[in-house]
Amino acid sequence: MSLEFAVAAVALLATMALAVARAVAGPTVFDRILAANAFGTKTVLLIAVLGYLTGRPEFLDLGLVYALINFLGVIAALKYFKFGRFDDRRAGQRR
Amino acid sequence: MSLVADVLSWACMLAGALFIMVGGIGLVRLPDFYSRAHAAGMTDTLGAGLMIASMMLESGWDLNLARLAFIFLFLLFTSPTASHALTHSALVSGLKPWTRPDGERGGGAAAEGER
Repeated sequence: MSLEFAVAAVALLATMALAVARAVAGPTVFDRILAANAFGTKTVLLIAVLGYLTGRPEFLDLGLVYALINFLGVIAALKYFKFGRFDDRRAGQRR
Repeated sequence: MSLVADVLSWACMLAGALFIMVGGIGLVRLPDFYSRAHAAGMTDTLGAGLMIASMMLESGWDLNLARLAFIFLFLLFTSPTASHALTHSALVSGLKPWTRPDGERGGGAAAEGER
């Protein structure tokens, strides 16, 4: 059943190329963060699919870690662009 | 692996690939940030869930099934959270949602000029 995972990998790679196109072309910074988030989700799926495609499902651990890192990265970038800083001062001096 | 699980796995994988590619096309084609966030966020959750369900059907009753379940759980929680935080942050920072100009129909490229 490796044809199934090959089809999924091709679809994921095409979608990742589209996400990169949006990240390069995106007019606002939020478009770029959105594209990076979508790219990260597709990367998790691609790692899992490649693990099954090559018969080494141990890759799933990498996908698990990558999902968490992707989420933390998006939240950190959003906090930076919303408040202009990473620590816990409240709004008011925003931008 | 029984035939039923194989067929179900193929169906889930093809549906997931379809949803994910629709999301990618929407990410490129739609006119403003909010509609792009809609396309990416909605289809991400469903497509990723279908793909992981397909891989769960292919795997046996072992540790990989638990790993896939955890990946599915994390994506299920974090993908809508990230979408919500992203759109809320954009709205707070003053990004206006795109509306169609009066008297004109359609036109995805018409919004490229604004912001």
